[in-house]
Amino acid sequence: MSGPEAGLAEIGSTGREAGRDEPQSVAGPNEPPRRQTRRRFMGPGRLRRDRLFVILMLPGLAYFLVFHYAVLFGNVIAFKDYIPFDGFWGSAWVGVQNFKDLLGDPGFWHATLNTLEIAGLQLIFYFPAPLALALLLHSLTSHTLRRFVQSVVYLPHFMSWVIVVAMAQQMLGSTGLFNSALSGAGLHTVDIIGNPELFKPLTVLQVIWKDCGWGTIIFLAALTQVDDQLYEASAIDGAGPWRRFWHITLPTIRPIIILLLIMRIGEILSIGFEQILLQRTTVGPDAAEIIDTFVYYKGIIGGNFGYGAAAGLFKGVVGAILVYAANKISHRLGEQGVYK
Amino acid sequence: MSAFSQTHSRSRRPAKQVRPIWMEKPRKITLAAKGTALVVIVLLVLMPFLVVIATSLSSTESVVENGGWVVWPSDPSLKAYRQIFSGGIVTHALWVSIGVTIVGTAASMVCTVMLAYALARPKVFGGKPMLLLVLFTFLFPPGMIPTYLMVKNLGLLNSYAALILPVLISVFNLVVLRGFFQSVPEELYEAARLDGAGNFRVLVAVVLPLSKAALAMVSLFYAVTYWNSWFQASIYMDDDHWPLQQVLRTYVLSGGQIASSTGAGDAAMAAPQTIQMAVLVVATVPILLVYPFLQKYFAKGVLSGAIKS
Repeated sequence: MSGPEAGLAEIGSTGREAGRDEPQSVAGPNEPPRRQTRRRFMGPGRLRRDRLFVILMLPGLAYFLVFHYAVLFGNVIAFKDYIPFDGFWGSAWVGVQNFKDLLGDPGFWHATLNTLEIAGLQLIFYFPAPLALALLLHSLTSHTLRRFVQSVVYLPHFMSWVIVVAMAQQMLGSTGLFNSALSGAGLHTVDIIGNPELFKPLTVLQVIWKDCGWGTIIFLAALTQVDDQLYEASAIDGAGPWRRFWHITLPTIRPIIILLLIMRIGEILSIGFEQILLQRTTVGPDAAEIIDTFVYYKGIIGGNFGYGAAAGLFKGVVGAILVYAANKISHRLGEQGVYK
Repeated sequence: MSAFSQTHSRSRRPAKQVRPIWMEKPRKITLAAKGTALVVIVLLVLMPFLVVIATSLSSTESVVENGGWVVWPSDPSLKAYRQIFSGGIVTHALWVSIGVTIVGTAASMVCTVMLAYALARPKVFGGKPMLLLVLFTFLFPPGMIPTYLMVKNLGLLNSYAALILPVLISVFNLVVLRGFFQSVPEELYEAARLDGAGNFRVLVAVVLPLSKAALAMVSLFYAVTYWNSWFQASIYMDDDHWPLQQVLRTYVLSGGQIASSTGAGDAAMAAPQTIQMAVLVVATVPILLVYPFLQKYFAKGVLSGAIKS
């Protein structure tokens, strides 16, 4: 809104709206200090001027307050012996007993270890995959071919995990395509789906199948940022394809690689809940229990809500610390990080 | 128009002409390796879809003959589809999924557009604290158990609202839309304002028409999320309220039998595996149908959103 108009609206509203403008003092402390010239925007006319925006924000505000902040507050049941009959307020406080039990629970440590193992495997094998595919796609000179391959590899991202896991069973199960091919060639068949030993590599393969193509989008965009003149100049100076890749392409996309790596590390404890829950019955909890499935089985299936919430809260706090720490490290390395 | 057809014909020229002059011609072995890699990748993605569709169309005999999988149905029949659409649990779940997807997408879009517009305008009353409130949820997502208890305490168990309200606004989609709204040139806002349009009219008459691509993309993202959701249903709903994905999970992954509501005897039934694959196809087809539209927008949209955030 232009200056004079704002001034008019303000003058018009000053007297009448004074009483109704109380809420703005609530938002006051959150506002950054303003310079003298801007002060009039803080006047009583501001809420009136922006009343439409405030109304537009209300449904969203209600949603975030109820399903994020109230729910976040609901984590206090981690410090209670939550009994559904007694309700949220009626249940007895037990202090950090739930956390003490949790840290002494071998099942929880086993789940944590599994989570870290799967996350580590994904970091090693899944993380570089979209980058490699993006480089391959970027090197294609035919746009038609490139666009075709892109549409094919993006597709699995939009399938639900139920569909992906069902397809994996159809393809890799004991009577699936893969084993039929093996037995057709006179080889021994392998039960990939039901074998706990192969479960972790299998999950990584599924993640690669589902999201590798989708992950290329961000790398492909970063690759278009590379200045062609740099390539041209270095080619004239005699740099071959590998040198150009090493000294021009890689440095250009370095920030995006580090950014994604940070996000990955921040999510290290939240890996593949739906994917793994869907297959946990097939291979058993020894191979497939992760922190999230631990929370699910203890809390929602087992009815031990306080204990499950304690495990979930533990995961959330560690995860937030990881994101924060990873971001700090990226700043130290001189990169931009996820937030400033 | 002529400019368009010109660029069009240029892109149809042989690929060699696109290669920059400084770039060496790849060696034959590099080309072969690349070609093989591409063919393998495309096949790895497409094969499972083909096998599933072929199996769902096969007759009982050919499935048994092939040991459970089929690449090309020798004797195609729609028996499995007829069976699952004849009014059993799959038909019901299909309606549930369609309803939740339509209502959920509409509700999500209305709320997201409203909030994104308010957050996109500069110096809005309460805009900054609201933005911080939203972005903080990125760092610390609420836990599964407190969310479950919240849904339960609100009395939403076994109501379809439980599939929609807890996931009403996605912060990612919100940030994408806000980015688009912010990229509408400030001059257009001012011009509309001078023409006497209020903030709401500016939204409806200027911002929304200019953001059609973003709106299409974000609503398709929401639709895919609602269509694919099953976990919420599995904890909040009893089996009378299940959407299609949860039915798929129970009857395909856990090996349950799909009760047929038709009175036909066993001889007329399709093989269980055929039926399972038919359900799988039914759960997949809507996404395959919207995919071409989705694809047109997403790369650009996702990036403009991601880069801004």
